[in-house]
Amino acid sequence: MRAVVTVSGTDRRGVIAKVSTLLDERNCNIEDISQTILGGQFAMVMIVRCEEENPDFTALAEALDELGRSIGMNVRIQHAEIFDAMHNV
Amino acid sequence: MFGKNEILETIDMVEKEHLDIRTVTLGVSLLPCIRGTAEETAAAVYERVMRRAERLVPTADSLSREYGIPIVNKRVSVTPVSLVTAAFPAQSGLVGRALDRAAHELGVDFLGGYSALVHKGMADYEETFIRTIPETLAQTERLCASVNVGSSRSGIDMDAVRLMGEIVKETASRTAAQGGIGCCKLVVFCNAVEDNPFMAGAFHGVGEADTVVNVGVSGPGVVRHALSFVPDADLTDAAEVIKRTAFKITRAGQLIAKEAAKRLGARFGIVDLSLAPTPARGDSVAHILEELGLSVVGCHGTTAALALLNDAVKKGGVMASSRVGGLSGAFIPVSEDIGMIESAEAGQISVEKLEAMTAVCSVGLDMIAIPGDTPASTVSAMIADEAAIGMVNNKTTAVRVIPVPGKKVGDEVEFGGLLGRAPVLPVHGGDASKFIGRGGLIPAPIHSFKN
Repeated sequence: MRAVVTVSGTDRRGVIAKVSTLLDERNCNIEDISQTILGGQFAMVMIVRCEEENPDFTALAEALDELGRSIGMNVRIQHAEIFDAMHNV
Repeated sequence: MFGKNEILETIDMVEKEHLDIRTVTLGVSLLPCIRGTAEETAAAVYERVMRRAERLVPTADSLSREYGIPIVNKRVSVTPVSLVTAAFPAQSGLVGRALDRAAHELGVDFLGGYSALVHKGMADYEETFIRTIPETLAQTERLCASVNVGSSRSGIDMDAVRLMGEIVKETASRTAAQGGIGCCKLVVFCNAVEDNPFMAGAFHGVGEADTVVNVGVSGPGVVRHALSFVPDADLTDAAEVIKRTAFKITRAGQLIAKEAAKRLGARFGIVDLSLAPTPARGDSVAHILEELGLSVVGCHGTTAALALLNDAVKKGGVMASSRVGGLSGAFIPVSEDIGMIESAEAGQISVEKLEAMTAVCSVGLDMIAIPGDTPASTVSAMIADEAAIGMVNNKTTAVRVIPVPGKKVGDEVEFGGLLGRAPVLPVHGGDASKFIGRGGLIPAPIHSFKN
């Protein structure tokens, strides 16, 4: 299953490390990553592939959400299908 | 593939512009529930709805989490109840209350289908059923009722129109303590559709499969935001912007609808491409019209702007979905749209202008508060006018007006939640009672003969 992880908020040290560690622990491979910092605001987008076809999405989303809260940023994960559907004919 | 900009655009649509799936509605046939008595039928109806819709709310919630798009409402529509209770119509309320109980237990916000289709004539059992509507709506909370009184094929049943004026008034008076809220759950249609996912007019048509998922998308805020980037574009280009935006919104709806149907073991019915406002700021259809260059919704030019919007939404949406249906267009419920509320409060929009607008968009005179002392014959006349617009133009029209008990022009009524608030608008003081009292059938227009 492909998913998109987005991280936004005030920039701080170790964000990529923390998010990618969590994804690794949950058997998700990062296929693409891009980040920008504009005026201290951090925005990162990751395309990830989860090894399991039907992972426990709720648990993964909650873990990322909790990580986001602990570092004061907004971390969310969504099925990649929604972006394919909305932006490709 | 998609790029970072597309990802951020989608997230902004949800977080800043109120993009959401307005409703996932599960249509359930009640025809297998007909039994010998009202009590047995009510029990069978309750059991069937509970079983078929058991997983609706948790499924919609997990879809919402996984795709990152809010699903605002989870709803159920059922076969018109008048068909199920035809052998004991006076006891239809038993079935209505059983449905309301199921809606509460399932956690759905509305359940539609306390309905009758009488566009070519009312059988005795249908008239008796319709007379149970006010009491049943007063005794229930989440049940919605609708009556189809006309169609382009058959004309307008003016006996039903006359009766519905009285039913609307009685429904208001039985829920007077809550501002006549029963009328917010009662729609009178012409050309009602069988796969509408939106309330209060949803019911599950007899031509439908057993269990069907219909999805209503929304996103007036997204359309307005997109238009704000082209403030000087001509209207051809503005229509293109609306089309492209409607396409994206509808694709999200299509994906959710197909996935919901798969997980619920139901058939994927349709995606309804409607722009449905809420009272929240930034979620208004009126504000799209103002973005197109009107100082206030209701001024001259409003009907043309709405025609452009309605058509562009359909064109973008049709391309995006394999099956389109329902009402599909722009909704203009007064109490549920902050732009409409403000225009009405400022005296800038009238019932007459709203009626003109309904000739070019979805549905009709919707969520309009009128004085409590409006005669039943005037309510019937409003219904007749709307039905005529629908009949002649081959489109669905509807009337959902609230004659608010004890309130007069300039007062305001608050329904709360998505139903919003509405200033009481004036209606014409002339008397249509003789016209309405004639009854009979307004014949179908000449262009109805297509065979």
